[in-house]
Amino acid sequence: MLKLDHITKIYRVGTFGGKELHAVSDVSLEIKDGEVVSLIGESGSGKSTIGKIILRLISQTKGEIFLDDTNVSGLNGAGLKEYYRKVQGVFQDPFSSYNPIFKADRIFSIIHDEFYPDVGAQEWNDKVYNSMNAVGLNPEHVLNKFPHQLSGGQLQRFLIARALLLDIKFLVADEIISMLDASTRIDILNLLADLKSRRGLSILFITHDLSLANYISERAVILYRGYIAEMGVIEKIFNNPRHPYTQMLIASVPRLDQRWDKQVNVENRSVSTGYTEGCVYYDRCPLAFEKCKTRPIPLEIEQNHFVACWKVSEVHA
Amino acid sequence: MSLQVENLTVYYQTLRGNVQALENTTFNIADGEIMGLAGESGCGKTTLGQSLIYLNPPMKYMGGRVTLNDHELPIADTKKMDDFRFKEISVIPQYAMNAMNPTCKIGKMTAELLESKKVSFKEVKAELDRRLDLVRMSRDVLNMYPIELSGGMKQRMVMVLSTLLNPSLLIADEMTSALDVSSQKAVSEMLVEFRNRGFVKSLMVITHDISILYQIANTIMIMYAGQPAEKASTDEIIHAPHHPYTKMLISALPRVGIIQSKKRLTSIPGTPPLLLDPPGGCRFRERCPLAIDKCQEVPPFIEIDNGHYVACWRQRNFTNLSL
Repeated sequence: MLKLDHITKIYRVGTFGGKELHAVSDVSLEIKDGEVVSLIGESGSGKSTIGKIILRLISQTKGEIFLDDTNVSGLNGAGLKEYYRKVQGVFQDPFSSYNPIFKADRIFSIIHDEFYPDVGAQEWNDKVYNSMNAVGLNPEHVLNKFPHQLSGGQLQRFLIARALLLDIKFLVADEIISMLDASTRIDILNLLADLKSRRGLSILFITHDLSLANYISERAVILYRGYIAEMGVIEKIFNNPRHPYTQMLIASVPRLDQRWDKQVNVENRSVSTGYTEGCVYYDRCPLAFEKCKTRPIPLEIEQNHFVACWKVSEVHA
Repeated sequence: MSLQVENLTVYYQTLRGNVQALENTTFNIADGEIMGLAGESGCGKTTLGQSLIYLNPPMKYMGGRVTLNDHELPIADTKKMDDFRFKEISVIPQYAMNAMNPTCKIGKMTAELLESKKVSFKEVKAELDRRLDLVRMSRDVLNMYPIELSGGMKQRMVMVLSTLLNPSLLIADEMTSALDVSSQKAVSEMLVEFRNRGFVKSLMVITHDISILYQIANTIMIMYAGQPAEKASTDEIIHAPHHPYTKMLISALPRVGIIQSKKRLTSIPGTPPLLLDPPGGCRFRERCPLAIDKCQEVPPFIEIDNGHYVACWRQRNFTNLSL
């Protein structure tokens, strides 16, 4: 189980770093073993920042991260390396994840040298073959090739196979299929679902595409400008979205079974009020009222369905 | 008939030979039609859009005719095409976000653009203001630099610019791909609005996202490996496709409501052929579960129903075959 406890990330911006940019604000989240949680948000919502914080690629300003009750926030050196045996990430652009000078399977030998120096060559080869079979690649076809000789889908599977070599418990999948074609992206999604059911892998699936999130995950977290707007079981979020932002988001998703509702105006309010203390959605929210100038507190409106909106809280008060 | 393309063939010249990116492509776009153009990456959809506007090397015109409003377009001659570009046929390029000059104000850039086409900025200014209002942008935007605009705003600005002279045909290449879902919806609906108001006669919307096309397009053309596979009305492509490739492509799309644990979607096995030396006959043959010996000949792109074109030898038998 991976637990985020009140994570906040503030960047210093401006010429002399005098301004603050709140990329992630007070995000608490639990991902159980064998669970797929989707982190959904538009650009600038902080979804990738959360992924990078979990992977310890950047450090959080406030808050703690726990993996199975061990605090991993301050890890470095050998401790961090042990952490990476359990937690790995795969990112959006498979082409830039490789060094084009070396063959693509070099990523496996790096794992061998770094994490399993005692494993013999034969045993290691078996391990690589198993791992490649697990992601649906035929080793004969793809080993010993340069990255430009492989397709995006193959490279993305390579990266997942690499993560599996480490016997990981948790995978951060940051927009991993947005660069792939429609015909191959579904393979990667099915692969993630299989890994979850067969190996009990937990996955944080970061995406901006709600239909993909809906296909694969059990729970969804909707982020807006660093704050959790709505969080809960995926059916509840989709069938009964309560936060005005989630409602707008779901209405804007292009679907193949129904056409856009012309009535839902996605930009009905766009005033920059400069409020920083209140609800972050205040500037765009059609329902905003006086109370929204203070920060909304997330409320569990039904079991496993949290909404951070004063308008919703009022109804459930 | 607004746009007619007949047997258009465009190759990329490389040191290893010609890449046959667009082969014998024939289709029409009617007045007022929004045609979506979709397919996997490398299927030639961008090449098709690009060749109608500016054929820059290594692209090479190999044959075919393009007619716009009964005038033949000299697409092989980039100089002569100057008379048509922007006025008759215009484009919203891929990555339109980066299409504007970062060092000059948007108003100045617009004036220069119009001047190069011998159009006076002052005469057009009133219309420009009206259109900025229509896309809900402040008129002050003309005094701003591109960096001051968000992605969605830049996209809208490029849209207004590209259509300022009321072109007959607008080619929009992946214009919504880099936008958030909410701006995606807003920009797409504005595109339709532009057509409704007659700012553009017809539109070619190139995208890999078929669900966007379902929202805005009248017809969809699916391309595969440099050739059109199927063209029909949007509803027919989504709900009753005939070509096996279209069928498999549509059924591989995740939709809201389909959950992996309940219904597992499947992809199309295999990869598209390399276009450097593509196999003869139907190019989808090797991935097609319905391929027969006849498929070693190139299937013609024929009209099987009113406005429904398919390039497949087996299209008549499909209704009985489930994929």
